[in-house]
Amino acid sequence: MIGCAGVTVTLGNRVVLSGIDLDVERGQWLSVVGPNGAGKSTLLRFIAGLVTGAGTLHLHGRPAAALPRRRRAQLVALVPQAPVIPAGARVLDYVLLGRTPHIGALGVEGPHDLAAVHDALSHLELLDFADRVVGTLSGGERQRVLIARALAQGSPIVLLDEPTTALDVGHQQQVLELIDRLRHEHHLTVVTTMHDLTLAGQYAERLVLLDGGRIVVDGPASEVLTEANLALYYGARVRIIHDGDRPAVLPLREKRVHD
Amino acid sequence: MTTAASAARSVLGRVTLRPARLRRRWVLAGLLAVVAAVTAGLAIGPVAVSPAELGRDLLGLHTHLSVQQIAIVEQIRLPRVVLGLLVGATLSISGASYQGAFRNPLADPYLLGAAAGAGLGVTIVIAGNADGSPTPVGAPLAAFLGALIAVSLAYGLGSAGGGRASTASLILSGVAVASFLTAVQTYVQQRNQDTIRQVYSWILGRLSSAGWHEVLILLPYAVLSWIVLLGHRRILDVLAVGDDEASTLGINARRSRLIVVVAASLGTAAAVSVSGLIAFVGIIVPHTVRLLAGHSYRVVLPLSLLFGAAFLCLTDLLARTMSSPAEIPIGVVTAFLGAPFFIVVLRSSRRFGMTS
Repeated sequence: MIGCAGVTVTLGNRVVLSGIDLDVERGQWLSVVGPNGAGKSTLLRFIAGLVTGAGTLHLHGRPAAALPRRRRAQLVALVPQAPVIPAGARVLDYVLLGRTPHIGALGVEGPHDLAAVHDALSHLELLDFADRVVGTLSGGERQRVLIARALAQGSPIVLLDEPTTALDVGHQQQVLELIDRLRHEHHLTVVTTMHDLTLAGQYAERLVLLDGGRIVVDGPASEVLTEANLALYYGARVRIIHDGDRPAVLPLREKRVHD
Repeated sequence: MTTAASAARSVLGRVTLRPARLRRRWVLAGLLAVVAAVTAGLAIGPVAVSPAELGRDLLGLHTHLSVQQIAIVEQIRLPRVVLGLLVGATLSISGASYQGAFRNPLADPYLLGAAAGAGLGVTIVIAGNADGSPTPVGAPLAAFLGALIAVSLAYGLGSAGGGRASTASLILSGVAVASFLTAVQTYVQQRNQDTIRQVYSWILGRLSSAGWHEVLILLPYAVLSWIVLLGHRRILDVLAVGDDEASTLGINARRSRLIVVVAASLGTAAAVSVSGLIAFVGIIVPHTVRLLAGHSYRVVLPLSLLFGAAFLCLTDLLARTMSSPAEIPIGVVTAFLGAPFFIVVLRSSRRFGMTS
């Protein structure tokens, strides 16, 4: 579904991604983790076509470089970490923006587009919010609106940049459960960046650990989230607690000798 | 909940979704405003004409108007009213489009320096064309060039140091560019004493015209810019989410913005070349429309066109009747209304976090 080969991205004169080889299968949930500045968001932006670099990217078996912008948008949807919400935009009109790649340059939306928006709103239980102004919603509601826009876009690949950062733990779980449900119902391929390693390990089937722009570990959560890896790449002292086959990361405070 | 969406819930359990579209009642209101403004503009003046007789005259029916009254209405007031409609519509839709293209609530033909650049272009043409004809036919193109250079400078300087120009830096560099171009314009004006009066009366903004000459100069450029801008009304809504997100939605943001800015500058330039510098119309009208009918450019652009036409027609009526028989330059009247309005927009856009 997504195939990166030898991807190297340079921003300014800093190499942000270096020699990335990555294949993501259809329907898989891949979570990209790594310390700050490792290149997680840049990898997502590269797949979305927002930054260019050396190496090749295949989407749906076709070279991405050959895809027109509109066609690419029909294949890949991106939910950014800090989206720009237009002043005064209602939920309905904002979600309808997701239909842009399906509407001709000077055309307007048809019944098919409105049906897609209706489905997206109803999947995310947002129908009663259709006339609300996006800027007035709570963090959790706003995140659902963003996901609804990506769902209305109808793209089989959905990229989410830190989808849970601004949410409390309850809403984090709700949003991730929702993404997982939509992934199954719509056969979506999901790639997220995540800061919270425990949540990444709970939901993603596969984790890729980036450090200094390179993939250093790639595999299921139980192989990636080890005490040794987190010490080596994050400089973190943690204990891994296993809940079934899913690891949970418990940060430990340095022991101090009190006098 | 009493929202329209849930009120319209049908028996099938599906909700009727009503996206932001131009509603018929708003189009009707806009057309009514235009008709009212035109009627007032034709009927009111030193020689009063009853609206009923006016209607009969315009429909070609028999009227009780004197030959003199008919001449005043058809040869003096009508061209002026039509010119007011065209200039008002063009400045308003251009202002709304600049606001969308630059994602900046304070963008306006005047504040971006576009009007000053157009003014310089026209001054150069008038100075080089001392035969005294009202508006040289080449004026709109010279104005267009001047306007494009000014907007590019304002945007380039405003975003120097990378990234998109923030509201404050774009407006500040627009003011700097406008001052500089106005200084050059004044210099050219002073160097050409034989045309100085002509330039001076034009620069303050005026709709007094000699017959249909100005209308015919403006019309083709105005209509062309309206068509292009209205065609981009949905794209402007997509641009509102920023270049990156617009790009992931399949839109080439830079190209779309360029087309919109060029079309808005063409309209602005053509309007400035016949009417002089009329400030704040591009802020007053679009923001009032947003307040009343919503933020989507699919609504804001067409309604700015209609209400802008009516607004300038009425403003001109004020300008020529307030201290009759003397005339106040219309640019003075719009600035008088617009400056306080500008402060209100500035304050509210800060509250909504639109400025950065």
